[in-house]
Amino acid sequence: MPDQAMPTGENIALQVRNLDFFYGDFKGLSNINLDIASKKVTAFIGPSGCGKSTLLRTFNRMYDLYPGQRAEGQILVHGKNLLDKNQDVNLVRAKIGMVFQKPTPFPMTIYENIAFGVRLYERMSKSAMDDRVEWALNKAALWGEVKDKLQQSGLSLSGGQQQRLCIARAVAVKPEIVLLDEPTSALDPISTAKIEELINELKNDYTIAIVTHNMQQAARISDFTAFMYLGELIEFNETGTIFMRPGKKQTEDYITGRFG
Amino acid sequence: MSEPSAPAGIDLHAKQVGRFRLQDKFFHYSTQFFAFIVLAALVGILVSLTIEAWPTLKVFGPAFLWTNIWSVPDDQYGALAAIYGTVVTSVLALLIAVPISFGIALFLTETCPLWLRRPLGTAIELLAGIPSIVYGIWGLFVFAPLFAEYIQPPLQELLGDVPVIGDWFSGPPIGVGILTASIVLALMVTPFIASVMRDVFETVPDVLKESAYGVGCTTWEVVRNVVLPYTRVGVIGGIMLGLGRALGETMAVTFVIGNANRINGSLFAPGTSIASTLANEFGEADPGLHIASLFALGLVLFILTFIVLAISRWLISRSMGTEGL
Repeated sequence: MPDQAMPTGENIALQVRNLDFFYGDFKGLSNINLDIASKKVTAFIGPSGCGKSTLLRTFNRMYDLYPGQRAEGQILVHGKNLLDKNQDVNLVRAKIGMVFQKPTPFPMTIYENIAFGVRLYERMSKSAMDDRVEWALNKAALWGEVKDKLQQSGLSLSGGQQQRLCIARAVAVKPEIVLLDEPTSALDPISTAKIEELINELKNDYTIAIVTHNMQQAARISDFTAFMYLGELIEFNETGTIFMRPGKKQTEDYITGRFG
Repeated sequence: MSEPSAPAGIDLHAKQVGRFRLQDKFFHYSTQFFAFIVLAALVGILVSLTIEAWPTLKVFGPAFLWTNIWSVPDDQYGALAAIYGTVVTSVLALLIAVPISFGIALFLTETCPLWLRRPLGTAIELLAGIPSIVYGIWGLFVFAPLFAEYIQPPLQELLGDVPVIGDWFSGPPIGVGILTASIVLALMVTPFIASVMRDVFETVPDVLKESAYGVGCTTWEVVRNVVLPYTRVGVIGGIMLGLGRALGETMAVTFVIGNANRINGSLFAPGTSIASTLANEFGEADPGLHIASLFALGLVLFILTFIVLAISRWLISRSMGTEGL
């Protein structure tokens, strides 16, 4: 891919090299190459079925759960290939957090929803855990709303609050990268605005990769944008360039709404 | 275009609506009737059991429940041995069956390779379909001799000298007895509990499990912290279903429990259960106190099952209340 402007000069958090992905015999992704810049927001856009969620799910090897799905190629973090069979997949997932389309609070209290993931990897005192929970909820801009009901079920919150709880849960384990798979598609505009604000805050500390159907959202919050179509990476560049002067005809057609 | 005249149209609809209303009423009352048949049957059984058991209840009073004697020649009856046998075999059966069922259900839903899932699931359902009398003859003629020969002696050797527990494994290894009945019962209820557990485990949304894997959980941690809490109500329901079945199981238990109307501290000793006493004695019971006492036993079993059901309901409603699920 000669004319892809990779985020050069930036710190690179994650490198994808020659990545192919298969659902059984069907090739879902072919020959993906891109770099994700550290502490920036990278957005993935494209029509439904173009492979953007699939790509995101290779970053924490979520596909491992399903027999018949496999990835070939390299995904490098700190020079190590995540796809390597010897990689501890649980460690990968602890380092690379994920938030899903629909809010998925665990069936436990708000406090436990956060503490649970932390407890898997760190032993700490009750007060340190209290601090961590408060810190994570603050990061997700949820502390003020839930500080008096930490012992209530996570399912008692509204949809937007549940999604921020899931983000808090993801950041609580102090990952390096946070993957967001259409995190606002099930939310109302006000909750969406809050989440977008939050993503802007989070990029001070975390590398963020977000899949979105909403092109305005990609334009608003991301630093880099990748346009995907039929399992291929068509164009990858700074968000401003992608939206103002797209290099490929397909990209231009998609962002101007002529197909998709 | 000529519109149909308004009054005629309204009349037509009114007629139709009237007929619909009649149909709905008929539907409502007929379904209500069917539902009430169940209630009537329940009350009818309870009342007739009580009437038939009345002589026994009058002679022995509530002491019937905790009297440890069952002597047909002396016309003295007490239910304690049968209640003891029923409760002990059922509880032991659950202690054995629940962990096994849990493992089966987890394997089938979480870690089983795709190609094995269907054959295994079908095998478990087939196991549930075997008539209890088949378990009974298998238990008596195949399992009990093997148990007496190869399992009871080493078990006795291993645990016989341990204080308290040792008494449970004392006595001659004759194969039939409380423990054998419990094991056969466990085998019978396992497919039920396992298939209920599998079905409820499958209701856990994939994204919820993925989120848990997403923070770095192992399969066990996902099961322990997400799948189980999410499905708690269904799991309790499945266990109670198994317990209900174990309490009332007749044929298989009758074959292997030994049918001795007494309480012995050892699990190797023969005992009896309510259902097996009924099955054994109804045929040749004389009218009078003997028959009445058997009916009283039936009433006790009925109430016991009812209590189990009530406790499970209470557990479920309590757990739903505290967790806000």
